[in-house]
Amino acid sequence: MATYLLRRSLQALLTLFAISIILFGLISSAPGGIMSAYAENTDMTPQDIARLRAKYGLDDPIPLRYAKWLGNTLRGDWGNSFVSKRPALDEIADRLPNTMLLMGVMLVVTLLIAVPLGILSAIKQYTWFDHVSTTLAFAGQSLPVFWFGLLLIIIFSVTLRGGDGKPLLPGSGMYTLGAPFSLLDRVKHLILPVAMLAFVSAAGYMRYLRSAMLDVIHEDYVRTARAKGLRERAVICKHALRNALIPLVTLVGLDLPSLFGGALFTETIFAWPGIGRLYFNAALKTDYPVVMAVLVIYSGLIILSSLLVDVLYAALDPRIRLA
Amino acid sequence: MIINLLQAESSSAPQESLSGFFWRRFRKHGMALTGSIIALIIVLLVTFAPFFTPYTPYQQDLLNRFQPPSAEHWMGTDDLGRDMWTRVLYGGRISLSVGLLAMGVSIIFGSLIGLVSGYYGGWVDSILMCITEIFLSIPRLFVLLAMGMILRTLNLPNMSAGSFVPLSIVIGALSWMGTARLVRASTLELRDREFVQAARALGASDARALLQHIFPNVASPIIVSATLGLAGAIISESGLSYLGFGVQLPTPTWGNMLSNTQNQMTTAPWTAIFPGLMIFIVVIAINYLGDGLRDALDPRHITEKK
Repeated sequence: MATYLLRRSLQALLTLFAISIILFGLISSAPGGIMSAYAENTDMTPQDIARLRAKYGLDDPIPLRYAKWLGNTLRGDWGNSFVSKRPALDEIADRLPNTMLLMGVMLVVTLLIAVPLGILSAIKQYTWFDHVSTTLAFAGQSLPVFWFGLLLIIIFSVTLRGGDGKPLLPGSGMYTLGAPFSLLDRVKHLILPVAMLAFVSAAGYMRYLRSAMLDVIHEDYVRTARAKGLRERAVICKHALRNALIPLVTLVGLDLPSLFGGALFTETIFAWPGIGRLYFNAALKTDYPVVMAVLVIYSGLIILSSLLVDVLYAALDPRIRLA
Repeated sequence: MIINLLQAESSSAPQESLSGFFWRRFRKHGMALTGSIIALIIVLLVTFAPFFTPYTPYQQDLLNRFQPPSAEHWMGTDDLGRDMWTRVLYGGRISLSVGLLAMGVSIIFGSLIGLVSGYYGGWVDSILMCITEIFLSIPRLFVLLAMGMILRTLNLPNMSAGSFVPLSIVIGALSWMGTARLVRASTLELRDREFVQAARALGASDARALLQHIFPNVASPIIVSATLGLAGAIISESGLSYLGFGVQLPTPTWGNMLSNTQNQMTTAPWTAIFPGLMIFIVVIAINYLGDGLRDALDPRHITEKK
């Protein structure tokens, strides 16, 4: 176990290293490159640009620049945003709580919808309930998520009005501007973005859980449990469900990095001040330090979570041995 | 198991051809058939777009901006008075082309890597799977956006293939990993089977063994993942173009037609509805088609009927 962990951790570090080289290479070899943001600025003379290039060391060969970047990054200096001039890490830290709030609520709602639906569908296989929920799930998986968000806004913040003539639900931001903090206000602002994401991700979870449950229901140990006279409820909850939930750990685990990355579309459409929106704006303004920092942290979290999932899976399922 | 198979075989006499077997199973999947018909209709509409509309996609009519859907303008008009139905048809050309091209790139990449990795094993396999692992560990959508950002700085000429071919290649290059793993697993299973060994004993080269003997046997999973990959690529393109990092305006695609609609929602909600509806219909049709193909092509995958 210890050797396995050590080997996997080493592998993970190497993977992250390789990814950082690839990302750095891609971004710094982009034609026009970092200075393209300034190219259209008429106040900048070519001399100004040359001075800036020298200041940021852009004329050095790429391997040298990478080595510098790596050294700085390891020491905690991830560079300053070209736009706000603040450290990229601070920009990210500012937005992280907002994204985690949105995605945390989303994940909980997703599980609350998907787990009961998936189990019921499997138990009531081929009934109308199963047909309706699998069809909905199939539709959810084929839905362009950003368009679904636009539809939600059209329905709930444009067409439908509350009693006071105001939109039924707010379609942008995290809170009403100028209003004092209230939980109700925050919840109202959460409903649409969470609904947009949860519908689509619940669709995937539900289909997965349904087929996991179906696999388990036909196992011998479930038949044994029935044969020894256990009530159906106990068979499902104690014997079937607990085994069907193991693969769910993988799914949730691999989704955890999205607590950081958030949802690019949701945050952009609903003007949610999280990391997805930060990244979108940085990409619009070719703000390379921020782009690079978000990408590297996000990749690191993905690698970490897949390592975590493997270890957790082995701990939960004794049939699997790590080697 | 073996006895079951033998019985099944003898009971289904007279011998059924492979394509007959495929059709019988595919037809049983009603949604797959519906899906393929819908997909076919849309492909025909989009290909022969000029026959289905009197307008052109760039023809502006500023006196008729934001017209709601009517007999003259089936899907209404947009902010420049252009006919939405026409733009949806022509936009579909680009969206579907990007989807097909991206899918092609990812399937070719994925199949090659999977075949080579599974067939040769050893250090070749280790290196290729390591690369696959790396590609699986990057946040796909975020990197796509970064690539879109780089492509944008290139200032490619509009309305030529230049505007969507690089984008398609990028989408394809970031989505081959699933196919590679699938093909590798099947190849591993096949390479030690008698028919492959026999071919090699008769002096077939590696390339011949791979392409003539192994490839036809892994074609089924490839076809299925190509279908599902096509749906995924269409979604990726539309999302990127929606955010402004894909195909650039004024060239219409289903994604970028939606990009400025959020400001027009109160006055012209139809501009935000129809292009997205097209994406949804095409993607769900293709997904059902892929589902049906999987049921029909993979005899081991008998849809949950145990």
